[in-house]
Amino acid sequence: MHSAIAKIVRRGAAALAVTTALAPAVMPSWAHAAWEPTKTVEFIVPAGTGGGADQMARMIQGIVQKNNLMSQPLVVINKSGGAGAEGFLDVKGSNRNPHKIIISLSNLFTTPLATGVPFSWKDMTPVSMLALDEFVLWVNAKAPYDDVKGFLAALKAASGDQTFKMGGTGSKQEDQIITAAIEQKTGAKFIYVPYKGGGDVAAQLVGGHVTASVNNPIEAVSQWRAGELKPLCVFDYQRLPYKEPIANGKSWADIPTCKESGLDIEYLMLRGILMPPNASKDQVDYFVELFKKVRATPEWQEFMQKGAFNTTALSGPEYSAWLTKAEATHKDLMEKAGFVAK
Amino acid sequence: MEALTSLIGGFGVLADPMNIVYMFVGISLGVLIGVLPGLGGANGVAILLPLTFSMSPVSAIIMLSSIYWGALFGGAITSILFNIPGEPWSVATTFDGHPMAQKGKAGEALTGAFTGSFIGAFFAVLLITFLAPVIAKFALQFGPAEFFAVYLLTFCSFVGMGKEPPAKVIAAMMLGFALAAVGIDTVTGQLRMTFGSVELLRGFDFLVAVIGLFGVGEILLTMEEGLAFKGKSASINPRVVLHTWAQIPKYWAGLLRSAIVGCWMGVTPGGATPASFMSYGLAKKFSKNGRNFGKGELEGVIMPETAAHAAGTSALLPMLTLGIPGSPTAAVLLGGLLIWGLQPGPLLFVEQKDFVWGLIASIYLGNIAGLIVVLTTVPIFAAILRIPFSVIAPIILVICAVGAYTVHNAGLDIAVMLIFGVIGYLFKKLQYPLAPLVLALVLGDMAESSFRQAMLVSQGHLSIFWSNPLVGSIVTLALVMLVWPLVSKVMARLNGGKEAAAAE
Repeated sequence: MHSAIAKIVRRGAAALAVTTALAPAVMPSWAHAAWEPTKTVEFIVPAGTGGGADQMARMIQGIVQKNNLMSQPLVVINKSGGAGAEGFLDVKGSNRNPHKIIISLSNLFTTPLATGVPFSWKDMTPVSMLALDEFVLWVNAKAPYDDVKGFLAALKAASGDQTFKMGGTGSKQEDQIITAAIEQKTGAKFIYVPYKGGGDVAAQLVGGHVTASVNNPIEAVSQWRAGELKPLCVFDYQRLPYKEPIANGKSWADIPTCKESGLDIEYLMLRGILMPPNASKDQVDYFVELFKKVRATPEWQEFMQKGAFNTTALSGPEYSAWLTKAEATHKDLMEKAGFVAK
Repeated sequence: MEALTSLIGGFGVLADPMNIVYMFVGISLGVLIGVLPGLGGANGVAILLPLTFSMSPVSAIIMLSSIYWGALFGGAITSILFNIPGEPWSVATTFDGHPMAQKGKAGEALTGAFTGSFIGAFFAVLLITFLAPVIAKFALQFGPAEFFAVYLLTFCSFVGMGKEPPAKVIAAMMLGFALAAVGIDTVTGQLRMTFGSVELLRGFDFLVAVIGLFGVGEILLTMEEGLAFKGKSASINPRVVLHTWAQIPKYWAGLLRSAIVGCWMGVTPGGATPASFMSYGLAKKFSKNGRNFGKGELEGVIMPETAAHAAGTSALLPMLTLGIPGSPTAAVLLGGLLIWGLQPGPLLFVEQKDFVWGLIASIYLGNIAGLIVVLTTVPIFAAILRIPFSVIAPIILVICAVGAYTVHNAGLDIAVMLIFGVIGYLFKKLQYPLAPLVLALVLGDMAESSFRQAMLVSQGHLSIFWSNPLVGSIVTLALVMLVWPLVSKVMARLNGGKEAAAAE
């Protein structure tokens, strides 16, 4: 299979030619005054190496480099301290510096609430949303239930030693927020066990050390294919569009949404770009265009499909509106769960 | 036998001359990365990852894994010559490696370290070749309680055998635990001991501390003792390599023990750093020359290196078969697999035969190539010691500073490194041991979170540590190791005062 992928990757160059040919048509008329980076652009990842955000950032770096999308180098730098606070504070403090961008995950909203470190998306300049990451409710393939209904019945019946254990990445972050949301909707209780990374969580679920997880698709897909885990529902407002069969003839599109299965919870994680405060319109537009080109490459589309992402992409006022709404949702969920630092 | 056929197929994949070129490029880069403290294998691989997008996945993984082998080899070089561990897993190598260099035996120490590395890696890759599916299943049995048990075993096998007074060991270790706790607490998501400072958010990175404690501390000590390297008079020629090799076979039992410890820690996945410490501790306890450890014993260099390299290599196994990275570098390689469009997991061995067996074959060849590259450079590296101290010391300091900065791209870390340098100097002057501090700083975080995860799962019952034969036996073994010195002392006393006096 890898040779097929290599072929697709090689075809990227041809696709690039098409993209660049289209680019002038997309560019507005004031393009002659357009800003361009004059030195190396730092691409901050507010998370450690190897995680989802890091993978995406390095993927983008590779696409930019290979297709010559920028005249200056793009360098990925991890600033993961304090659940990402280090990276966001760096960008917040780099007023008017157009040579710095940051890729965001949900910790843009959760870290300030959980730790009290002061930053918000409003302290930065939003550039564009690249995609949304999905969350799926997974259980061990040996579990006696095959749907959400059976899962919820067993969850409510369990107590004492049998209490369901939810494994998740980090503490008071997206995985635990979803867990808390399930508890609020159903009145049942989980023991939430925080782990360092999504891969660890999936392995712990296979080994039977936890009862369920809300892993992202890419973190658990290989265990699903191997028949070790099974998905119960996806926390999106609609089913996933990917119809290629993954395991036992089932595809991502066959997983029901949690809402239609009677668990009315929606949660998607932002994969978006922000830059330092007070960036000029030209500077923002440059990066908006850049990421438009990145998203048009076959490599990116392949990546989206592999990770079963929700490919919604926004920029400008729509992106800001999305961020406003997401911030409010997180505040509400975390306050109800008692996760907000006092 | 199926494994053998597949392996031959794997060597066939390597027959492409470009792949061999990538391998040598990777190893040379890796050695360089390993030599520079701070710029560890994980960083090096991450930086070079985007360069590999235009290669086929097989060539890409060969080049990146070769960087990893190179870094594993290279980490030993600065540990031995300058007492600066280039990688976390080479800390234990400094304990005897640097004293050997000071005695003018840098060539022997380097040869021993490289050869030990090679033996460890070879053992691990044999294991991967023939037992991959069985071992992969074993890793799945590890829940939080089992992880904590492994860390406890590391601490216990290292403590309780030092020459230093127990109170000093405990004081150093507690300082390490306290420093490891700074930053975000992964279990509650709260900040601890950051005192509202942004710079403290990232906590104290182990690498920055080690560069300061060992590297800068060593330079301060040398300056005090008169600006000269003690190893200056080293006689260095290629015959040293053969001479050292002649000594190695008699350590076969220790080598086997270290390789097993290493493979076990790599697979479980405890990682190369605990493996090297545990192996050093065990060697000190079981070797006939145990009393001389820390003064420049060849065995004390070989054993941790064997275990570290065995662990580093076998860490690829859970990554390939289960998608769990056994080391930070493996985590970055895992990201690479996904980017190249490969899905790590139980089906990789079935669906991507070329890739998997090409990689395994490249481990064999890569380690042979690596050994050749580093051994041929032994005289060159050892010759560095002949450069006057007044010239080399500022260079080392600059390299240390660059290394400390690289870990997190943070300027303050350079100041933190210097402070740790002073602490390292004071520790040596006051005869406090550095190793327990370092060990606690490396593993404190992980030990704490797995303990608390286990407590969450068991709802606060310590009985979880004896809830199944696996975890129960590891914990019991750890506790026995901890109290062994006491037991042996009591037994010695019961046997009459004469032996007790001899043991003093």
